[in-house]
Amino acid sequence: MTARISRWPGVELSAADLNERKVTQTRFRPDAKYAWSAGEAMSRFLAELQNGRLIARSCRRCERILFPPRMFCEECFRPTDEWIFIQDTGTIETFSVSYLDTDAKRIAEPILVGVVSLDGASPKMGMMHFFGEMTKDEIRIGMRVKAEWRPPRERQGSVLDIRYFRPLRKGEQ
Amino acid sequence: MRVGIIGVGMTAFRPSTPEYNWKELMFEAASRAYADAEINPREDVDSFLTCAEDYYEGFGIFDEFVPDQLGAALRPTCTVSGDGLQGLANAYMQIQTGLIDVAVVEAHSKASDIVTLDGVIEHALDPIWNKPLGAHPFVVAGLEADAYLRVTRTSPKALAMVVAKNHGNALKNPLAAYGAAVEVEDAMRSPERFAPLRALDISNPADGCVVLVLASERAAKKLHSNPVWIRGVGWASDSPSLETRDWSDAAYARIAAEMAYRLAKVRRPATEIDVAEIDDRFSYKELQHLESLGLAKKGDAGKRVMRGDYGAEGRLPVNVSGGSLGCGNVFEATGLHRAAEVALQLRGDAGVRQLDRVRTGVAQSWRFIPSATGAVAVLGVGG
Repeated sequence: MTARISRWPGVELSAADLNERKVTQTRFRPDAKYAWSAGEAMSRFLAELQNGRLIARSCRRCERILFPPRMFCEECFRPTDEWIFIQDTGTIETFSVSYLDTDAKRIAEPILVGVVSLDGASPKMGMMHFFGEMTKDEIRIGMRVKAEWRPPRERQGSVLDIRYFRPLRKGEQ
Repeated sequence: MRVGIIGVGMTAFRPSTPEYNWKELMFEAASRAYADAEINPREDVDSFLTCAEDYYEGFGIFDEFVPDQLGAALRPTCTVSGDGLQGLANAYMQIQTGLIDVAVVEAHSKASDIVTLDGVIEHALDPIWNKPLGAHPFVVAGLEADAYLRVTRTSPKALAMVVAKNHGNALKNPLAAYGAAVEVEDAMRSPERFAPLRALDISNPADGCVVLVLASERAAKKLHSNPVWIRGVGWASDSPSLETRDWSDAAYARIAAEMAYRLAKVRRPATEIDVAEIDDRFSYKELQHLESLGLAKKGDAGKRVMRGDYGAEGRLPVNVSGGSLGCGNVFEATGLHRAAEVALQLRGDAGVRQLDRVRTGVAQSWRFIPSATGAVAVLGVGG
């Protein structure tokens, strides 16, 4: 229906009209800055990322390896027990091919994002990340992947210390 | 049907808690509450409510991150964007429907995560009317304090008495962040901030978490608990406009109290209430709220605090916990902390600050600058 309307009634406003203050307006830039304490579990997790390692917590009661690590088990509602390193390889659980950037602009090369369940953690535990060294036609659920880490000097204790997950290479498993 | 508090859990209140994130803080308070109630949250709780304002948290849809550390994963959970006492009122109503028997209410502050706390509070001002002036948001408290002191002919010394009393009370509260031996003279000579308010008239922020477990009378019996009954709840909001407020009278608190007293069948609050925990995030607020709650005649609260009526040994102990001046401003957890304190007093579990012969208490909260919103809960034991 709207496709048949070529001209809407009224005066359209452009960004320039707003910038030139042709429109009555009130501007305010909120001064809202936060610095969250990462806490016991996440602090260790981020520190280990800088070492190029992924760390989890175990719960003795439900016998799960919880990743990302947390100090409490949400199933059993009790403190978790031990730190355990897991592998940086895993399996693609789900993915999406994103044709729009965060500003809703169309991008030429689509971004591949998804969730990887990691080897060594309990089933369905892993991380959301980018995928690289594969095309949108090659990516598939169940694909085996490995973390591509930034060089140690560039790591900052962030999930971006992993650049993306890439397909396993020959000899890797 | 009666609804009671069967579990109380709190972390200590601290100026900052860098060792914990807010989830770990919540896990500690929840663990304490469930141990106190002797329940397993994974089996015994029907509904979980958290009280939070996303803008204080610094991220959107805060409640999405709540279930794990509260034992609420895959269970009915919701958020009240308000003070903890408003959450308590909602949990009370959920149980009154008869659909659920046990509910958990959580509220917390991780104010130390907010780098620009003044900026976040300022953002609550009306964007067209008030914000362009660029004044510090606590000016609103200065305006109200000025009107209150003038209309009620209250001496500024009364405010200093509130400051000294609450910081002193906090010395007996191991959870309090700002216990201190403050002399009335110290308060009266502290630097001017938002006249007539001085530095010590303003509570300082703190981190902390409070979790309460509520149960229907039937469930409380089944769980062999000894409940503190929620005899009445009430809440109200005045017009948000700064330009049309009464300023001297906290109408929101008066109306919230009338609602809670009506439910609780309290007819003469001044004689029936044994202990009161009152919002004192600015010193004058304690006096203003006491008058709005009918616990003092208008203009009398200042005289009575100077007579010592509101001390732990006085006729009506007010903020024996130390209040927000002594424990710290824990934002949306303020009201729930006060309900927890009243519950501990009525149960006889208040430790070295335990009062004698207290059977009915009132907890009251205000939703801080620039709001004119408040809630009241009347708690009682026996009967």
